[in-house]
Amino acid sequence: MADGVKITGIPTMEELKATPGLVSDQRFEKSAVAVIECVQEIPCNPCEKACPFGAIIVGSPITNLPVIDEDKCTGCGVCLAQCPGLAIFRVEKNYTDSTSMVEFPFEYLPLPQEGDTVPCGGRNGQYLTEGKVLKVKKTKQMDGTTLVSVEVPKQYFMDVRTICRKGGSK
Amino acid sequence: MRVVKHPILPEDTKPEMTIFFDGKEIPAKAGEPIASALLASGVRIFRETAKKGYPRGIFCGIGRCTDCVMTVDGQPNVRTCVTPVRQGMKVETQKGLGRWSEKA
Amino acid sequence: MRKVQAVIVGGGPAGLAASIEIAKAGGKVVVIDENGKPGGQLFKQIHKFFGSREHRAGVRGYDIGTQLLKETEDLGVEVLLDAPVYGLFRDPAGIMVSYMKDGREQAIIGEKVILATGAAENALVFPGSTLPGVMGAGCAQTMINVNRVLPGQKVIMVGSGNVGLIVSYQLIQAGAEVLALVEAAPSIGGYGVHAGKIRRAGTPIYVGHTIKRVLGKTQVEKVELVALDEKFQEIPGTEKMLEADTVCIAVGLTPLTELAWLAGCEFTFIPLLGGHIPIHNEDMETTVPGLYVAGDIAGAEEASTAMEEGRLSGIAAAEALQLYTAEEAKALKAEVWDRMNALRTGPFGQKRYDAKAQLLATAKGGK
Repeated sequence: MADGVKITGIPTMEELKATPGLVSDQRFEKSAVAVIECVQEIPCNPCEKACPFGAIIVGSPITNLPVIDEDKCTGCGVCLAQCPGLAIFRVEKNYTDSTSMVEFPFEYLPLPQEGDTVPCGGRNGQYLTEGKVLKVKKTKQMDGTTLVSVEVPKQYFMDVRTICRKGGSK
Repeated sequence: MRVVKHPILPEDTKPEMTIFFDGKEIPAKAGEPIASALLASGVRIFRETAKKGYPRGIFCGIGRCTDCVMTVDGQPNVRTCVTPVRQGMKVETQKGLGRWSEKA
Repeated sequence: MRKVQAVIVGGGPAGLAASIEIAKAGGKVVVIDENGKPGGQLFKQIHKFFGSREHRAGVRGYDIGTQLLKETEDLGVEVLLDAPVYGLFRDPAGIMVSYMKDGREQAIIGEKVILATGAAENALVFPGSTLPGVMGAGCAQTMINVNRVLPGQKVIMVGSGNVGLIVSYQLIQAGAEVLALVEAAPSIGGYGVHAGKIRRAGTPIYVGHTIKRVLGKTQVEKVELVALDEKFQEIPGTEKMLEADTVCIAVGLTPLTELAWLAGCEFTFIPLLGGHIPIHNEDMETTVPGLYVAGDIAGAEEASTAMEEGRLSGIAAAEALQLYTAEEAKALKAEVWDRMNALRTGPFGQKRYDAKAQLLATAKGGK
């Protein structure tokens, strides 16, 4: 079965690694950072304007893929709620010795509560692991898009991207 | 079924009213089209075709396809997807091409 | 008979944007719309738009609609509602626009007339396609986001363009379950990021699949899917039966061109833009002098380009009405073209750019 974003709607790890929105392995080790999973040249650039540190460049034409400057990115997460494609995540690989933090946009009800243990899923919505909800951010500026961060076992830092929704299937 | 809580949209505060579907009272929201009030009450069959009596419901939702026409306050062939509800409105399943009732 | 400088048919994104440009130039403009509320299909778009800041990217569609309406109000644009236009007639003073209002025929003459009538969703035929519960995706979107009613609980979506993907996502947000999205083509048509949202929510996407039939006594009860080969022929033995109550069809749009036909516009046929399109030049003017088109009627795209085309037609009409000098208009139009071209680049936009370029070449007599 063929793979890739055009077939499944999910970018493969190869597609992700080929984009300029993914930082180096070394950068992941350091601190929290934005992960821009935008692999197609679509006309869109709010992420560029959103970043207060100038760490995301789209430039002209606006179909360019966003380029992340891993030294400038502070992992603040302001860009997450500004991406209309909900394709930016915030990852802190070394949240603790054994866990990582993953933050993602979540536009569904009910919202989880901080401290909840929730089933966390991958890009296909399938269950991967239990995670602990660290924060649920909802501000006026985010315009309805809620950001949820979860603490998950470290091995899942590049896999967990959502809370599993009931009714999800393969 | 009504969408009461929504992650993006504010609460729906449109006032409630009542319409009649085939003589039965059903709730409606001011300003909404007849079709939406019917769907909210689980009514999906709006009419029966003229020759074979096949069921039809809403399709296009913009007043183009006329699949959703019903008899409204005695007037047949009213496009329910673009006609707003009124308090006390009488909406009837339309059989075939419909006919004008005495009142209309 | 009443006469104004410009009449615009259709109060959606294109028509409102056009009216704003003409009013800004000081023109008297009347917008006529058959619906009870202006804004067209903008108010059901609850997602954040793409594009750049100039395109109001990152702003949700209904907020863009509210902004447009406020601008038209501030500029004193007159909007006639519940007024279906049924005819266009040539008149020495311009074009006469006939419409129904309050149960009787009325007419108004516009020195310039802009048609911004939009498009309608295509249907798809399969056994059971007339059963209640089978509906356009846009229809379902209106129900959940404007009327706040779920048209069903268990949905199958047909078509993986951005409409199919976005409406699937919004159905899930509204509380429905989208059991599957099927796409006959071998790959997903719309943006991967939209597809990614519904995949994360657990909805599978089956490319190379279609609906074989829908079963149900008086409404949708079961939906049978089937895989297709590269020639779009069903592959026997691949059928899969799902229990569903709703089927949403998102297989493209057809421009609503009736009035352009009535007016005697010349047409060209471009499947990528939705079929028959009135030939128009870079000012959006058709082959009928003084008659312009903007938005989906000029080739189905999306709301952002519709607004830009509306602005373009409005500026051009204002120039023709001598509200702008050629110089002023040229600068304003160039800005719009820059923004519009930005929306028509990249792997998704280039085909539309090429199709529109072909259309413009046709207008120059290059058939």
